[in-house]
Amino acid sequence: MPLNKQLTLATNIQSKGRELHMSKYETVIGLEVHVELKTESKMFSPSPAHFGAEPNTNTTVIDWGYPGVLPVMNRGAIAESIKAAVALNCEINPVQSFDRKNYFYPDNPKAYQITQLDQPIGEHGYVEIEVDGEKKKIGITRLHLEEDAGKNIHGTDGSSYVDLNRQGTALMEIVSEPDMRSPEEAYAYLEKVKEIILYTGVSDVKMEEGSMRCDANISIRPFGQDEFGNKVEIKNLNSFNFVRRGLAYEEKRQAKELDADKEIPQETRRYDEAASKTTAMRGKEGSADYRYFPEPDMPVFTVSEEWLSEITASIPELPVSRRARYIADFDLPEYDAMVLTLTPEMSNYFDATVTAGADAKQASNWLMGEVSAYLNEENKALADIKLTPASLAEMISLIQDGTISSKIGKQVFKALAEDGGSAKAYVEKEGLVQMSNPDQLLPIITEILDNNQQSIDDYKAGKKRATGFLVGQIMKATKGQANPGVVNKLLVEEINKR
Amino acid sequence: MTRFDETIRSLNVQLIAGEVTSVQLIENAIARIKELDATFNAFITLNEEAALDAAKASDAKGYTADRPLQGIPLGIKDNIVTKDLKTTAASKMLNDFVPIYNAGVMEKLETAGAIAIGKLNMDEFAMGGSTETSYFGNTLNAWDTARVPGGSSGGSAAAVAAGEVVASLGTDTGGSIRQPASFNGIVGMKPTYGRVSRWGLIAFASSLDQIGPMTRTVEDNAILLEAISGHDQRDSTSADLAVPNYSANLNVGVKGKKIAVPKEFFGAGIDESVQAKVREAIETFKTLGAIVEEVEMPLNKYGIPAYYVIASSEASSNLQRFDGVRYGYRAEGVKNLDDLYLRSRSEGFGMEVKRRIMLGSFSLSSGYYDAYFKKAAKVRRLITDDFKRIFADYDLILGPVSTSTAYKFGEKSADPVEMYMSDLLTIPVNLAGLPGMSVPAGFDEDGLPIGLQIIGNYFAEETMYQAAYAFEQATDFSDKHPE
Amino acid sequence: MIEYKGMILSELKEESQMAISEEEVKHVAQLSKLSFDESELHGFTESFDEILEMINQLDEVDGSNVEGMFRGTDVQNVMREDKSVSGTERELLFKNVKTTKDGFIQVPTIIDGGEDDA
Repeated sequence: MPLNKQLTLATNIQSKGRELHMSKYETVIGLEVHVELKTESKMFSPSPAHFGAEPNTNTTVIDWGYPGVLPVMNRGAIAESIKAAVALNCEINPVQSFDRKNYFYPDNPKAYQITQLDQPIGEHGYVEIEVDGEKKKIGITRLHLEEDAGKNIHGTDGSSYVDLNRQGTALMEIVSEPDMRSPEEAYAYLEKVKEIILYTGVSDVKMEEGSMRCDANISIRPFGQDEFGNKVEIKNLNSFNFVRRGLAYEEKRQAKELDADKEIPQETRRYDEAASKTTAMRGKEGSADYRYFPEPDMPVFTVSEEWLSEITASIPELPVSRRARYIADFDLPEYDAMVLTLTPEMSNYFDATVTAGADAKQASNWLMGEVSAYLNEENKALADIKLTPASLAEMISLIQDGTISSKIGKQVFKALAEDGGSAKAYVEKEGLVQMSNPDQLLPIITEILDNNQQSIDDYKAGKKRATGFLVGQIMKATKGQANPGVVNKLLVEEINKR
Repeated sequence: MTRFDETIRSLNVQLIAGEVTSVQLIENAIARIKELDATFNAFITLNEEAALDAAKASDAKGYTADRPLQGIPLGIKDNIVTKDLKTTAASKMLNDFVPIYNAGVMEKLETAGAIAIGKLNMDEFAMGGSTETSYFGNTLNAWDTARVPGGSSGGSAAAVAAGEVVASLGTDTGGSIRQPASFNGIVGMKPTYGRVSRWGLIAFASSLDQIGPMTRTVEDNAILLEAISGHDQRDSTSADLAVPNYSANLNVGVKGKKIAVPKEFFGAGIDESVQAKVREAIETFKTLGAIVEEVEMPLNKYGIPAYYVIASSEASSNLQRFDGVRYGYRAEGVKNLDDLYLRSRSEGFGMEVKRRIMLGSFSLSSGYYDAYFKKAAKVRRLITDDFKRIFADYDLILGPVSTSTAYKFGEKSADPVEMYMSDLLTIPVNLAGLPGMSVPAGFDEDGLPIGLQIIGNYFAEETMYQAAYAFEQATDFSDKHPE
Repeated sequence: MIEYKGMILSELKEESQMAISEEEVKHVAQLSKLSFDESELHGFTESFDEILEMINQLDEVDGSNVEGMFRGTDVQNVMREDKSVSGTERELLFKNVKTTKDGFIQVPTIIDGGEDDA
């Protein structure tokens, strides 16, 4: 997604369009977010965990739940999920274990999913969101680790088709407290969770690839009432916007029901993207009995103080802190701080450019302006271009010390983005150094003045703008390399001599 | 030398001397099995061709005393997966299942040079104590063909007792190695939980299952356990401990060893003849210099209900993978997915398996978890603590293996509860994860073998083998064989 | 009563002596994906009752302040490093599958919404 569009989504969350009858009821929303970890191997099997392979090729007998196979936990996945939990301000359980959740489905080969029930990775966390300028903490009940299921594709020929590639991928479930009071808050919460996870680097958090998924629980109650209304779970929310739209539809639907003196049954509903509405899937009676029990195939594990500090120390600086630092240390406007931290790649690039000696505001201007425009135009990411933070910093100082003009800078940037190398070397090789030496410039100025007596007369008659034409001629004669400041100064001196 | 006198050790000596080749051993064994199994039905599947190929390769290599298993044909219980060799767990569910990988113990046996000659009959998915729940028919007891061979490793025990093979692998979840060993007058060891890898063992109850050796002599048993033990990174519950050379120090004796005899092991429900012979055996230990004292294990009897809840609960979950989708039996002409599940499972599983799945699902279900599953886990802890208290002061525990000698077909199969009660003396050992073994200790009035149970502390198999060896040398029960 | 995802965590049923009904047996059969015809169901319920009676002996043991033992070993922290091996050849895995198509395992269509909670 282009940067400017992301920015619009992130900052322009406004609670417009909340209809009149909503003013009678308070909406209560809780979200269950699933995030796939970006590990090399799966949670309990050593099969590859990457996305997009041919069906049933990233699997072994373990993923197939073959008779006699056993799970072994992936230390890396546990460390990564602890990282996420710490970043989400959770308390980490020192003693943990896995449990089995039993249900039959073709994408669940053992007919049980290994998950965590009583002793999850982390509990009692929170994130801070901001909607319409108001800050609010949203509680995180728990973050637990489990294995993802495979995929079923429903055919039209009376068959379903099972691909077990995804089976066993390490998956975090992040359960929020019912702390959100509007679809906009839910949207902001999702944005925040995504941003934090993205910065920890433990997941790609891409809803379109399914590495982030969301189910929502929503109920409404008359303002002032303490107890919650009956909870409706919404599934099939496949983008942040669908979450917001699905919840907005559902709060209105529930309000209409209550207005009509109807009861809202506790049920699961499915969001229909095409129709922009929710439809009933199953009621409470149909809810399964998962017969959870402790997984006997794997011992309990502990998270020692040392391990926890090691993991905590490996968490990169999170965006909230980066923004504050950019404003306090670099005196950047809030807007710049926001844009620069939209992705960890941009923020890291900015930090590296400043560390390499660039002026922070100049670096910010370049990254938000020319660099972003170029990336959008070429549909590239920062990692795809050959310009390094060090050569960007070098280029910025060449502009600042007058060696090259800003205009030439743009040409230099493009060349470095495509071919790499040092800014200085390129400028020298291409002869792009600005002409600032009067000894070099004077002969050219003299020649131009000799050929343009009319302009001199105009200037002397009070038409100060007449120098514009002359400067243009000089720039043309020097192929744009003349330093405009020096040219202006010399030109006026020379005219006055005549 | 008759087929009953052969041991792993004696065959190794003959192989080294060139008196016999592995190819001959395999051919003889195949011939014997084909002849004898018409009666006993110990084997489900024979591995004739591959075994002969392996024997040829083995003969080409030559033999040494430090590789006692090389070239020796062994029988494998049919719940241990064998690559390219049908593995059924004695269930219609897996009637046509050919594994694409080998169990950890099969890899270890291959390294040791042993040759799997076939797959042995058992109770379906190891659920039973008589091998009567097998989809492939009853295995007969070599001592009296009207009687059960015990179970669930009934085929493993009968094949050794009938002289078809010198040794076999069994599995033990609640007594399934020790009880059939006792019923067949052979030596059977259920090692400490974690001693032998469970990778490739078709799980019945994950927290209780162990694979172990079944042999004619204590020495053979030690040789075989040595070969199959050791850490396996694919099994998270496998112990990361060095494996002692069990067979090297057998002749240590029991002098000064402290032996505990729980008085509850001689209570109501245990046959008089069994009690008498086991008490005689304990006297023998005294004459060998052991210090024997009576102890109490008041919670022992609660092992049965705790076990049936825990084992069935784990089994209900472990056996859910048999759904007709990826392998195993799939019902024909189904209407939809739910129908596929219901019919494949209802047609593929036998009655006892269904009963245990039902009991397990019930114990774990909403509203019953605390009263059944969780309570059973608490009782398990208490029983384990009792054992730990005893082993703080004693080296070994002695007692009977089973409440009776081999019984007649149909005698107990009609009444599940009576069948379950006969595991009274073996189950607590599995609950605690301790090693337990059965050693021949005499015969009842009908000439049926009686087993002495030796229970050791965690990973104290070496001490157990030393005691068992001393007892074996002091008695002649192991020399007797069926008519 | 604390309920979490359908599982009742803290309802103590110390007195569980009542007999099980055929309805309950049917419910457990549905959970287990097993079906019994009427005559089987009848006999099954009876034997189930007997087994439960035996199991109810557990009520005689005081389990308060006892930590349940859920595993066969007390070892802790058994983990592997995050390294992958390549997947097993698909044709090998398909050897025991009854029906496959275009690299997928083929099963009869699913009628209900199924479980998509994970």
